[in-house]
Amino acid sequence: MRSNPATHRAMRRRSVLPGFGVSAAITSLVVTSLIIIPLSVLILRAASLGPTEFLEAAWTPRARAAYAVSLGASLVAAAISSVCGLLVAWVLVRIDFPGRRLLDALVDVPLALPTAVAGLVYSTLYVEKGWLGRFLVPLGIHGAYSWLGIVLVLVFVSLPFAIRVVQPVLESLDRDSEEAARMLGASRVQTFLQVIFPAIFPAVLTGFALALARALGEYGSVVFISGNMPFKTEIAPVLIVSRLEEFAYAEATAIAVVLLAMSVSLLVIVNWLQQRVANNSQ
Amino acid sequence: MNRSFLTLGPSFQPLARAVVVLLAAATVGCSGSSSTTGAGNRPAAIELLNVSYDPTRELYRDINAAFAKHYEQEHGTPVTIKQSHAASGSQSRAVIDGLDADVVTLATWPDVEAVAKSGLIRPDWQNRYENGSIPYHSVVVFVVRKGNPKQIQDWADLDRDDISIITPNPKTSGNGKYSFLAAWGAALAAGGSEDDAKKFVSAIYRRTPVLDTGARAATATFSQKGIGDVHLTFEQEAHLEVDESKGGLEIIYPKRSIRVDPPVAVVDQNVDRKATRHAAEAYLGFLYSPEGRAIIAKHHLRPWGDTPPPPAAGENWPAIETYDITFVAGDWTNAMKKFFGEGGVFDAIYQPQGAK
Repeated sequence: MRSNPATHRAMRRRSVLPGFGVSAAITSLVVTSLIIIPLSVLILRAASLGPTEFLEAAWTPRARAAYAVSLGASLVAAAISSVCGLLVAWVLVRIDFPGRRLLDALVDVPLALPTAVAGLVYSTLYVEKGWLGRFLVPLGIHGAYSWLGIVLVLVFVSLPFAIRVVQPVLESLDRDSEEAARMLGASRVQTFLQVIFPAIFPAVLTGFALALARALGEYGSVVFISGNMPFKTEIAPVLIVSRLEEFAYAEATAIAVVLLAMSVSLLVIVNWLQQRVANNSQ
Repeated sequence: MNRSFLTLGPSFQPLARAVVVLLAAATVGCSGSSSTTGAGNRPAAIELLNVSYDPTRELYRDINAAFAKHYEQEHGTPVTIKQSHAASGSQSRAVIDGLDADVVTLATWPDVEAVAKSGLIRPDWQNRYENGSIPYHSVVVFVVRKGNPKQIQDWADLDRDDISIITPNPKTSGNGKYSFLAAWGAALAAGGSEDDAKKFVSAIYRRTPVLDTGARAATATFSQKGIGDVHLTFEQEAHLEVDESKGGLEIIYPKRSIRVDPPVAVVDQNVDRKATRHAAEAYLGFLYSPEGRAIIAKHHLRPWGDTPPPPAAGENWPAIETYDITFVAGDWTNAMKKFFGEGGVFDAIYQPQGAK
């Protein structure tokens, strides 16, 4: 960099916020020490295995079944969270009813509650003798120690993200355009599909991505409700823990790396979709 | 969780150790130059960290109080003991990665041996205390619903189609490992072959509807959620569970079962650095003293040695024939590989037909 005092001063003047140097230093320190270094260690550990050893550790039939459970349940849970999150956000923003503020506060509870508690409570409710289970199990609905149970707790932990991302977008939505659409003769369905939905869809997708990321990384609540049966309800993080019990660090990190790669690719796909949608709607 | 947040991996250990050694050298240097007060001055107060596993929480609370009093009387030095409890295997890894334990009191031999292999404990640790450094034993017993409605008396009853069994995942839980080994040994002790044992153990796990990752979670599944007809667990855990249930559950002693051997060891490198060896060794020695043995018995662990004190006045230890790991698998290394290793017997139980 050539240090021309004039340009320097010009650059400084251009920034509205003061303290660029300090904040940049803090940002890079935080990002490096909290994200980049731990992730590099993870990948380095896994790289200590040769390619065949890596595959043997991370791509066994059992591990593949566990990835399928983790990914499948997370995708379903994120989809449910996105739809329900949109509805809840809509109610909170557009409808004024007594107790709205309370509901608004309740939405954040899943973020604060230790997730193991959620897992325990859910499984206690849905077992055969539980409050809900005694009605549901006779109907063949097993909400505990099943795939459905995993989805239930994952919706619980991921719903706040879906709601909180859509909510501000709904709040800032311009009601004039809705009214204009109605006055120009659009039906209510048309107004929703062609005016409101395109405006909030990118936010819904972001909510989906966050909910998915949250669900993929969840461990505490799932181990209490899934039953952890290999090939059926065993999630990948449980496999990681069982490899660690054998002091097989490298093999455990290999599974973690595959899981990480899957989540990153999913997030990249969702981001790409979101950008396309955003570009199209402009 | 009272765990250290400093958990560096092995690759970082040389660096971490170098730093520690430098710091220690600096401290020794300083104290050396100013030690004009005379030799033999111990630090005023000693703090020990006992890294243990889940079911010993209540036991060590009592032991610590009694030992602190005892040690101060004998040596005039006040001592406080901090405890850390979690699953045995993860505790072992935490110590290897830098948790500053003075002593480890873990569930299984491999957990202590792993710390020794990392160099923190000298290889002869098993010979430092009596009975191979195992101060107390337990056995795996059955917990059943009140009145034993399914009439479960012995291991053979677990092979009935109407029985569902609760036991934690042996791959993640020490309690689960012992239950697995107990069942395997029961089949052998009844005169069965290795194949019979494999069939019997497979039958048990096929009737296990939930594989919790830890012992306390399995207890909750059985006692709180009412799942299963029989819960396999350690004798002392069974007593806690039955006391909690206020008459809803009872213990059944099978004719034979496995003897549980939880070993203890002083973490040599840590106590030498912290100058706490004397207190740490006395602490583990206390577990073999009459006072220590009485406290151990009170918590329904069977103290090692002749004529173990009873769990309570007027009560006796129920008789049970025991076998140990040698009978079941030769030794722990073999057991870990054969039963719980990747692709081992336990994995094979869940392998779908036709899959590799």
